[in-house]
Amino acid sequence: MTTTTPPNAVPAGTAVPLSPATGRLSPVDVLRSEWTKLRSVRSTVWSLAALAVATVGLGAIITAVSNNRWRTFTLVERLSFDPTSRSLRGVFLAQLAIGVLGILVITSEYGTGMIRATLTAVPRRPLVLAAKTAVFGAVALVVSEVVTFAAFFVGQSLLKSPVPHATLGQPGVARAVVGSGIYLAVLGLFALGIGSLIRHTAGAISIFVGALLILPLILNAFPASVQQTLSKFLPLTVLQAMISTQPRPDTFAPWTGLGLMAIYAAVVLVAAGVLFVRRDA
Amino acid sequence: MIEARGLTKRYGTTVAVDDLSFEVRPGQVTGFLGPNGSGKSTTMRMIMGLDHPSAGSVTVNGRRYGDLPRPLREVGALLEAKAIHPGRSAYNHLWCLAQTNGIPRSRVDAVLELVGLADVARRRAGAFSLGMGQRLGMAAALLGDPGVLLFDEPVNGLDPEGIRWVRNLLKGLAAEGRTVFVSSHLMSEMALTADHLVVIGRGRLIADLPVQEFIAQSSRQYVRARSPEPARLAELLRSAGATVVAETDGSLTVTGLAMADVGEVAARNQVVLHELSPQAGSLEDAFMELTNDSVEYRGDVTTDAAAAARHAPVGALTTDPLSDLAR
Ligand SMILES: Nc1ncnc2c1ncn2[C@@H]1O[C@H](COP(=O)(O)OP(=O)(O)OP(=O)(O)O)[C@@H](O)[C@H]1O
Ligand SMILES: [Mg+2]
Repeated sequence: MTTTTPPNAVPAGTAVPLSPATGRLSPVDVLRSEWTKLRSVRSTVWSLAALAVATVGLGAIITAVSNNRWRTFTLVERLSFDPTSRSLRGVFLAQLAIGVLGILVITSEYGTGMIRATLTAVPRRPLVLAAKTAVFGAVALVVSEVVTFAAFFVGQSLLKSPVPHATLGQPGVARAVVGSGIYLAVLGLFALGIGSLIRHTAGAISIFVGALLILPLILNAFPASVQQTLSKFLPLTVLQAMISTQPRPDTFAPWTGLGLMAIYAAVVLVAAGVLFVRRDA
Repeated sequence: MIEARGLTKRYGTTVAVDDLSFEVRPGQVTGFLGPNGSGKSTTMRMIMGLDHPSAGSVTVNGRRYGDLPRPLREVGALLEAKAIHPGRSAYNHLWCLAQTNGIPRSRVDAVLELVGLADVARRRAGAFSLGMGQRLGMAAALLGDPGVLLFDEPVNGLDPEGIRWVRNLLKGLAAEGRTVFVSSHLMSEMALTADHLVVIGRGRLIADLPVQEFIAQSSRQYVRARSPEPARLAELLRSAGATVVAETDGSLTVTGLAMADVGEVAARNQVVLHELSPQAGSLEDAFMELTNDSVEYRGDVTTDAAAAARHAPVGALTTDPLSDLAR
């Protein structure tokens, strides 16, 4: 019934002798291995496809709707219309895709037991986590930049005169597009850290979604003054500031917000690293 | 060469591995035997640096696993849980492991060929049968052509052909001078495969001896006697120098006295015998006896004598292992 050939009768491990082992574990080798891992499972392709569809597709729909409803906009709405921000709205949804991928990079290893094979091959655990973070971070950044640029250009092409559209040369536009991509990559790293801490896909996704979407709801229950002070620190607020070309009240400046996100990610990743080294695999 | 010294692992209040010391030498298959939950997998995970010992240490080739410069080139392992992402192909699974230790692609192809998975190497491992998955695990263990190999219950779920293949593989690897450490809870399997045995029960070392010695000891015979007056017969046999255990079914298990002598003692004292038969314990019985005792011995506080009495049916097994137990 199996499609395998009968196993070799001669169990010689030396059938293809290896040259004697030299050198030691090197970061470059581990990075290569993590790259092989990331590109050899379908969940990567799916998550990145979801990321693209969310960012570009949703951005296109929202921009197209704005274009069609322009006639019904009030004067105030027309004056405050930010074509860049409209075309980047899909990034809000894309957060979930990049988060799930970041989480899966590590939790899928725990779920399948692969982590044992990984740590057997590379017992230097900080190296494993660093390589995972670097490879995923690089892929997330490249893909996020590609999709935010795509969303921007597709969105702008859907805005027909008299509706104003944006160009990259206008103030704050390039920053919004580039910054949104970086935001997604940093959020993905934050998610990877959560995944490494929690080690279970479902649990990690719950906590990630909680931090992203439930925290703002909880904050709503507080008095307005508290809300105003604290909501600046929420990822969603940071993203809102980033996709806007115009300064917004009650948010940190776009790059300040991104720095804050980087701090969140770093804190979670360092905690994950410490526990990764201490815990049994 | 694997050396464990005082190896201990606690999970909360559970002591999974308890002050375990042993050596696994090259050139032979060393069986790691113990009933379910006795700590075999935990020990193997500690050898591989996956679990941190609560106390004690274990080294491979004289170093802690984490200090090996190219671990896969020295140690290969097939551990209990399948360590394979079901969405990845067999080839990519091995290739991503190979890359970390500077192992070339040609070696990946070679081990796939060796375990008979070359034709399905590009298929997702999730679609593999149990046996194919086990072979992929074997391929991963052999990837770096290591001198030390660990296998945690490698024949679990395999069909007879697969079992024979694994058995020959292990023997072949040992014959090449490698250190082969293989766990099992089946004594009969180990009798066919292993040259040396490390037996544990409840995380403790019970025996560390050549398989031949274990077989010789456990094939000792004993005598079963049945009588309407079991208590009196037992008394008489004890005064004649035998060790007697009263079984729950009313029979007596007698060691240390030949069957003819048991008959003569009965006749001389006019005790009626309903049965007098020679018994030979199977290897499996001997193993169970050995490990059950370790469970009992630790479960309640018994004297050495009481423990010795329980050991009686397997005769000489009491000598070596018990001295370990009673330490
Ligand atoms: N991660 C863990 N957390 C808590 N307890 C554990 C853990 N791993 C093992 N144990 C406990 O440690 C003991 C030894 O387990 P282990 O899996 O090492 O035994 P084993 O000899 O491999 O058994 P089996 O033959 O069933 O595979 C058991 O009581 C088990 O419940
Ligand atoms: Mg086990």
